[in-house]
Amino acid sequence: MAFANTFYNTIVKRNSVFVSTIFVGAFAFGIGFDMGVTAFYDRWNQGKQWKDIRHKYVEAE
Amino acid sequence: MLNHWCQVRFASTSSASSNAFQAALQSRATLASLSLFTAGSIAWYTHLYGTLPFIGEVHASGSHLSDEGLHPAAYPWSHKGLFDTFDHASLRRGYQVYREVCAACHSLDRIAWRNLVGVSHTADEARAMAEEVEYEDGPNGEGEMFQRPGKLADYMPRAYPNEEAARAGNAGALPPDLSLIVKARHGGADYIFSLLTGYIDPPAGVEIRDGMNYNPYFPGGAISMARVLFDGLVEYEDGTPATTSQMAKDVVTFLNWAAEPEHDERKKIGIKAVILFSTLTLISLYVKRFKWAPIKTRKIFYNPPVDKHH
Ligand code: HEC
Repeated sequence: MAFANTFYNTIVKRNSVFVSTIFVGAFAFGIGFDMGVTAFYDRWNQGKQWKDIRHKYVEAE
Repeated sequence: MLNHWCQVRFASTSSASSNAFQAALQSRATLASLSLFTAGSIAWYTHLYGTLPFIGEVHASGSHLSDEGLHPAAYPWSHKGLFDTFDHASLRRGYQVYREVCAACHSLDRIAWRNLVGVSHTADEARAMAEEVEYEDGPNGEGEMFQRPGKLADYMPRAYPNEEAARAGNAGALPPDLSLIVKARHGGADYIFSLLTGYIDPPAGVEIRDGMNYNPYFPGGAISMARVLFDGLVEYEDGTPATTSQMAKDVVTFLNWAAEPEHDERKKIGIKAVILFSTLTLISLYVKRFKWAPIKTRKIFYNPPVDKHH
């Protein structure tokens, strides 16, 4: 209950705060979720993607 | 509760006829005769026409195998799984095979040099390869067309200027554009791999016209393209032994990429979509139960009004 109350009082009470929290939250979740999935995907496909073999072909930068 | 209500309804509306109908529906004799009728008509139909409609090739003897081509085996492609990207080292080798072997006859119209960047080659490499090819451009200030070295935005050069020239160079047969060939053939990558590695002498009794070649995977068996891949035909820069099957695997992987350049990104988005949508489904199921629980568990009592006049 304590959590629900703090949640309501700090976030939901003022609509401006509520809306901004949703927007910022969506943005942060988007980035975090993408990082998570990408980490899994790159691990699963270790050594197969272009970024894994690129170093063999780029000339010194 | 429901049953009881139904019975009451049946009893009150129509009498004997509906009961007789119900009894007929539920009788074992009906079940047995319907099954017999079904089995009989299937047997009769297959006897007449050989196969059942709509079921396709339930068994291979429906038509002659050589008309459809041999079915390819299912190969364990490195990009086959739900989460698997292309093997980009293989794409790079496959491009080399395409360039050194297939490009002599086949175009790859939908791929531009820039498409290779970040996939199999660096921008510098792709630019250098493009510059080796002359493209016609123009008109210039005097209205003349001119030749210039290729740029990243140019598309892969064609082997022949037009279809007629392509046919004339290949005994009347048109080498198809390979951009979408993996999507355009039944069996996709498995089929093309089998085709490239499947050339054999025609079996006894099979006549092949002059200039044609026998390949059991090609529908009809006789194909104008001769076997093109032989051990050691190209020299891979990464030291991979260039066996026939290695080259076939690499070039087919490359052609698979050409047909589906979005492949790697698509699978990654697929993972995200499945996670998000299954979470949303679970949430909506929970919310539905949450909202309906009080409604479904409530009890409604009816207290008849008490007659106060007596
Ligand atoms: C000497 C010219 C030549 C070369 C080199 C060549 N092809 Fe072909 N290819 C042809 C011709 C001609 C056809 C049309 C065959 C037909 O329709 O009978 C064809 C057809 C095909 C087909 C279509 C088969 C079908 O199911 O219709 C594929 C796929 C193919 N070639 C792939 C390749 C690949 C991959 C390479 C490189 C490893 C290659 N070809 C090299 C001439 C060539």
